[in-house]
Amino acid sequence: MSQARRSDWLFHAYMVVFLLYMLLPLVVMGGAAFNDSRFPSVYPWVGFTDRWFVELWNDGRLWGAFRNTLFVALAVVGLSIPIGTAAAILINSLSGAARSVLYGLMVAPVLTPGAVIGISTLLFWNKFSVPAGLHLSVLGQVSYIAAFVMLLVLARLQSFDRQLEEAALDLGASHAQVLRRILLPHLYPAIGAGAAIAFFQSIENFNTTLFTRGTYDTLTVYVFSKVRSGITPTINALALILISVTLACAICYEISRRRSEKRAAMAAE
Amino acid sequence: MNDLLRRYGPVLSILFAALTAFWLLALVVLPDLYLFENSFRPYLPISEVGGPKDFYSFDNYLTFFHSPIHIQVFVWTIVYSTVVTVLCFVIAYPLAYYLSKVARSNLLPTLFLLILVPLWVSEVLRSFAWFIILALKGPLNILLLGIGVIDQPIRWLTGFRGVIIGLVYTYVLFMLFPLYNAIQSLDTNQIEAAEDLGSPWWRTHWRVILPHAKPGIASGSVMVFMLSAGSILVPTLLASTSSRWFTEIIQQWMFESQDWNTGSAYAFMLLLLCTIFVSVVMRLFRVKLSDIAK
Amino acid sequence: MSAGVDLDNVCADFGSFRAVDRVTVHIKPGEFFSFLGPSGCGKTTILRMVSGFIRPSEGKITIGGQDMRDIRPNQRPTALIFQNLALFPLMPVWENIAFGLEVRGVDRKARRDRAEELLRLVDLPGAADKTIGQLSGGQKQRVAIARALAVEPKVMLLDEPLSALDLKLRQHMRAELRAIQKRTNVTFIYITHDQGEALAMSDRVGVMSQGRLQQVSAPQDIYNQPVNGFVASFVGENNIFAGKIGNISSNMAQFETSVGTFKATIGPDAGTAHNPKLYVRPEHARLVAKPVNGENAIAVEIADVAFEGNFISIQARDAHGGILVAEARNDGQGSVPSPGEKLHMVFDAERAVILADETPAANATP
Repeated sequence: MSQARRSDWLFHAYMVVFLLYMLLPLVVMGGAAFNDSRFPSVYPWVGFTDRWFVELWNDGRLWGAFRNTLFVALAVVGLSIPIGTAAAILINSLSGAARSVLYGLMVAPVLTPGAVIGISTLLFWNKFSVPAGLHLSVLGQVSYIAAFVMLLVLARLQSFDRQLEEAALDLGASHAQVLRRILLPHLYPAIGAGAAIAFFQSIENFNTTLFTRGTYDTLTVYVFSKVRSGITPTINALALILISVTLACAICYEISRRRSEKRAAMAAE
Repeated sequence: MNDLLRRYGPVLSILFAALTAFWLLALVVLPDLYLFENSFRPYLPISEVGGPKDFYSFDNYLTFFHSPIHIQVFVWTIVYSTVVTVLCFVIAYPLAYYLSKVARSNLLPTLFLLILVPLWVSEVLRSFAWFIILALKGPLNILLLGIGVIDQPIRWLTGFRGVIIGLVYTYVLFMLFPLYNAIQSLDTNQIEAAEDLGSPWWRTHWRVILPHAKPGIASGSVMVFMLSAGSILVPTLLASTSSRWFTEIIQQWMFESQDWNTGSAYAFMLLLLCTIFVSVVMRLFRVKLSDIAK
Repeated sequence: MSAGVDLDNVCADFGSFRAVDRVTVHIKPGEFFSFLGPSGCGKTTILRMVSGFIRPSEGKITIGGQDMRDIRPNQRPTALIFQNLALFPLMPVWENIAFGLEVRGVDRKARRDRAEELLRLVDLPGAADKTIGQLSGGQKQRVAIARALAVEPKVMLLDEPLSALDLKLRQHMRAELRAIQKRTNVTFIYITHDQGEALAMSDRVGVMSQGRLQQVSAPQDIYNQPVNGFVASFVGENNIFAGKIGNISSNMAQFETSVGTFKATIGPDAGTAHNPKLYVRPEHARLVAKPVNGENAIAVEIADVAFEGNFISIQARDAHGGILVAEARNDGQGSVPSPGEKLHMVFDAERAVILADETPAANATP
């Protein structure tokens, strides 16, 4: 009904092309997981097989790397949530020069290449005779992931009515009660989002982990070394599983979102 | 600070301050300072650390300036990271505009869901996907041969071609989202007002939409450039012998030569490069750090 | 310089919802024309169709005799002033004003001169280099008008531009807008839900309801001779009586209600209307102790008296408890009734009108 623009179909076409560009590589990669060829490829198609999945299942190093990744990710979430939240609350109570300096320091790690973070973390803790290992990977990752949490919580704090805290104090609440009953409940959505982002950022992380991991493997490092040494389609099998899990989560999320939207619409009527 | 004390009392205030201090000092500032300090010290066997040979010098940096190859790699890294940043902008801008002003709003959640899928798949796998696609006998060449666009398979993984393709694919979303946020916050009336005053589409973009999107452009550019210049996975998987990336040289110092001091010097240069890029972009677009970090 | 705008059976559909229904109106060159109606009546849709952002589903729009069907907004001789003004915040005032000229390739010096000239016209000299953020609400208004005038439009379209201002400024800007319109002689099409604005500024007013044009007349005729119940009750106050029409003699009729039978003027289409009502404006109702024989009169008890300064508003209850309102000018001497007093409300047959609820699909061409 609104003025149909001649350029609209061009935009639609561009969107479709972009989606194909984003998704086709993943399809190709996933497809190669079923191809019975020693080298990962979809062409020539040698035949359908599930042997790469079996090989993947029997790969002990992979399971170790998987456990390590989970351990690191959980530790990163556990550290960056309190740090990021505390930093956001702290900076929100500051103003002027102190605020901008501190803000700059907090945001800087996001804009720092992961390799630099990895190397500086390795060197610094090495000085105190702390050897490289997963614990250093955790610290390195927290240094920039805490900033994401901080930014999310800070944005949420902007919409917080500070008079609520004053009202609670006025009613005789203790400081800890104000935090637990008034402020944190308001921040939970941001903290939840922060935890999710921290978790995925940690799983994805390669650059920082590469320099700090010592002799331990994480999933990304393991895949990387696999790809570099002898490529077999087991990687594709792993990729396909990861993509499927992600897609399943995304679809579940979408369905629950639609359902709650429908419920909200019905409640409105 | 007083405000903090009044609201949360001394115990909690100290806890907040301590957590923040631990983060900023132990995880950010001191390691970076130590990296900086280390980059001026020579690489010595452990027994000689602190001995007479352990003094400050510019030797590690001179290693860089005496090596034409390293200088060349550094320059190529800058040039091609810039190319990647520009390409990402060119690809993402029409899309960000489409998503924020043209697309039907009930389609958006689904579109975003689809766009986001690659982001949840780790970078190493994304690079790996292109490794398969760009192979000499890979699907892309087969497809192009099949529809007759080319009659000889193209060697994609020579020069910086593979690296650019891989980096753009991996990081274009880091340009798309800040741009989308920026354009989305523009009042649609502004676009209509320009049009109503007779402005053709390109001028509306140039005078109204692009200036409004500046913080988004700055933010996207900084992220894409930093991630590209600092990328290890993409160059390792998709580069050829003729295209090396600066991070690979850092890796060489760290792992092959085990010379952590020269490694720090090179890492520090990478950090410096990114810092300079951030400042240039902030100056160029007249935006603050808080605009970038949205 | 200015052009007339003709809407010929124009419709706008959003899915199955018809926002504008067969609107036909001829707006003359140099006229100040207002579309008046409650929100959601389709007036903004009309404006967006004239400016070209929405294409009519049916019907034809011509400006200055030229069919606008395939002409895009940036090629129409119209300038739109948005409800939120839509000034460009990143450009200084003068660039805002000169943007339309920039688009047309006018050189910088000439653009600047023209912007200064327009700023003087809207009584805002010296503001050229300010940023939009430095301006007050009224000043922004003037800049928006100057920006629209800069492209020398034949038709100026205004979408409730005064709604964001406070009362005092709004009244001042009414006079200002009217003056600018007379000075420039550009056709103004003004959209508002505020009857005061529409009546005070316009040469003619089109009253809209549910996508249909109910009446197009000069402001005083809209008020004094409403064609149907919607117009009568949307514009100004009324005492409304339900009932049915009895004997008709020429343009008068007997109207039977639950509080009595009255003689009244019969309005257009009312004779055949399904559900006619009687409308009496408060200022045409008087309160007397004893009505003259044969006069329209209702026995009432005074409920409340509100002193408004230049007039007095009196609420009275009829036999069924229904509230009626009478207004009297405050001439400084007449006595004011007090609550509880039992009086009669009287009104002239010429001042009471029987109207149909709403004219179905009115093709209200003057």
